[in-house]
Amino acid sequence: MKPRDMAELAGRNLREALLRNSLTTLGIAVGGASLVAMLSLGAGLKHFASSRLSHSGLFNSILVTRKIDFRGLRRLAHTPAKPPQPSRPLDSAALAALRRLPHVTEVYNQVRFINEVNYDGHPYTTAIAGVPNLARHNDAFTGMKGRYFSGPQAREAILEDSFAKQLTAHPHRLLGQELDLRYARREPLPAAPGSDASGFAIVPQVERLRIVGIIFSQPVFGFSGFMPGRVFIPQSLAERLQVAEVSDLRNVVQGAGAGRNYSSLTVNLQSASDVPAAEAAIRGMGFRTFSLQDASRRLALVFAIFDLLLGVFGSLALAVASLGIINTLVMAILERRREIGVLKALGAGELEIKKLFLMEAGVMGLAGGIAGVILGWALGRGLNWGTAIYLNRRNLPAVEVSMVPWWLALGAIGFAIFISLLAGLYPAARAARLDPIKALRYE
Amino acid sequence: MNPLSSSAPALRTEAVSKHYRRGAVVVRAVEQVTLAIAAGEFTALLGASGSGKSTLLNLLAGLDHPSAGAVYVRERELGAMSAAELARHRRQTVGMVFQNFNLLPRMTLEENVELPLRLAEVERGERAARVAAALERVRLTARRGHRPSELSGGEQQRAAIARALVNRPGILLADEPTGNLDSRNGRQILELFREINRELGVTILMVTHERALAEAYAGRILALQDGLLAADGAAAPAAEPEGGQA
Repeated sequence: MKPRDMAELAGRNLREALLRNSLTTLGIAVGGASLVAMLSLGAGLKHFASSRLSHSGLFNSILVTRKIDFRGLRRLAHTPAKPPQPSRPLDSAALAALRRLPHVTEVYNQVRFINEVNYDGHPYTTAIAGVPNLARHNDAFTGMKGRYFSGPQAREAILEDSFAKQLTAHPHRLLGQELDLRYARREPLPAAPGSDASGFAIVPQVERLRIVGIIFSQPVFGFSGFMPGRVFIPQSLAERLQVAEVSDLRNVVQGAGAGRNYSSLTVNLQSASDVPAAEAAIRGMGFRTFSLQDASRRLALVFAIFDLLLGVFGSLALAVASLGIINTLVMAILERRREIGVLKALGAGELEIKKLFLMEAGVMGLAGGIAGVILGWALGRGLNWGTAIYLNRRNLPAVEVSMVPWWLALGAIGFAIFISLLAGLYPAARAARLDPIKALRYE
Repeated sequence: MNPLSSSAPALRTEAVSKHYRRGAVVVRAVEQVTLAIAAGEFTALLGASGSGKSTLLNLLAGLDHPSAGAVYVRERELGAMSAAELARHRRQTVGMVFQNFNLLPRMTLEENVELPLRLAEVERGERAARVAAALERVRLTARRGHRPSELSGGEQQRAAIARALVNRPGILLADEPTGNLDSRNGRQILELFREINRELGVTILMVTHERALAEAYAGRILALQDGLLAADGAAAPAAEPEGGQA
């Protein structure tokens, strides 16, 4: 029999016991909905986590440091095989070399320092952080009061909400106001005549900054997040300030020269997949590297296990629904025993009878799968709506905890059909094996 | 018509037997039956209830397998056919008519008659014409859209004949086709058989227990008794099976 004729016949058979088949299909729909709702929760949370992390730039960043041999600080059990070697300095030349690596979007020195800020005649000791360009789309800045920096060299500051509250009882009035940043500037000194020795002077400086924004959460970027910033300034401005760092002293002692030396540099890449190759290249250049690739892989593993568990629990309902299919089709065999006999007498082969029953199971699976996706999607929307209300009441931004990507919708329909066909195998084989003579005699 | 005619027989059995167990007892439904039915013959198979005539018909239709012996249809042995070939045999070589019509109740007459064409994968465009022709032959064109429950017994049987003929088989096997009909309708059905036999040249083997009808319409009468072929001859059989009706 041609597939279209088979489908017509299957459709007709399903319509004959409309209530029973509809209930069976509803069972599959509920199972499919459970599967879709569970996996949409996994997909939503995964998307939420990965979008936050990708905005943070942590997973497509590499922290580059000098190879400093710290073995002299430790008590070693045996003599090291190789004595310490001089390490390549992390200087302007290294920064330029890092910028030339493929897929590199940004290389910067993470500037974070503690210093004094004067506002309205009062000094406040606080942490100042330079904000790289990549952090512009960080969630902390998307929900800010005021605006982002007007340019990379703009003498502007964004304050963290709690710090702003320390400055005034009305933080929103700070926008457009100015504050003074006092800091120690590192001024290189020329080498003495006849000597290679060089050094630097510490010069107190004041930089006037206009307050342009207030943020309500800590922006995440780079790896130096142990000291949360309270006052944020553009990265280029922070670098131009030449704030003296503790590592400058070590560099002078080690004779690194009067040029700019960095304790660490952060390399940003186009995507997380570029990290392994870039990391290998940087190591080849003689530097130490650190990235969150392992953490990223572990996170992917955690989500894979999470998805698997959600899928298993979601599939349980579908597995139960498949019992309904078996029951429905076995009932159909009993009811249509004579019809099967007639079909065989008219020339239907065992394969055709099997296909007919499998098609009926498949049609129920298809209809149930589609209905299940719609139902699961609706459940997810309801969950998003409820979560948004809950978070809104706690002054938190809404989060899409459930999402139904196309692969989930198609996969759920496919899985529902597969389970239905699997469930239909036994009844189909039983129908195909019916003895036509006995079937024709059946009353 | 002489069963031993020189032309190749449409149906032939060689010492065919069918035994089955009913508890500890072995029932010999058909025992060592050898017969040949020439193409174009209209043969009646008479016998009392339980004499094995329906079993023999099922063996010829390929619905059942013999315990011993061989069944040939157009000189092809059914026992040598695969399940798929047997299905094709039922689809294209033989048409079957049953005592209780066996029309599918949820289909219209037209759909019932179309069913063998679907099984034979006949193109949709051709199906309508063939269904119309089959229904016209059995004079049921006006009832094409009716369901079997809306028809009389005679009309249902005519529809079943149309369904059996729609794939243009060369052989029609009818199992008690008048068994559920009154005498008037029974005669109409047999008139139709005679017409089909004469005009289309279809070989007909009809199982019946109604001797008078068989003698009036069939060209040859076979009689089974306790599974054995007890008589084989022209319309007035030489040896009549014992025990009444047949």
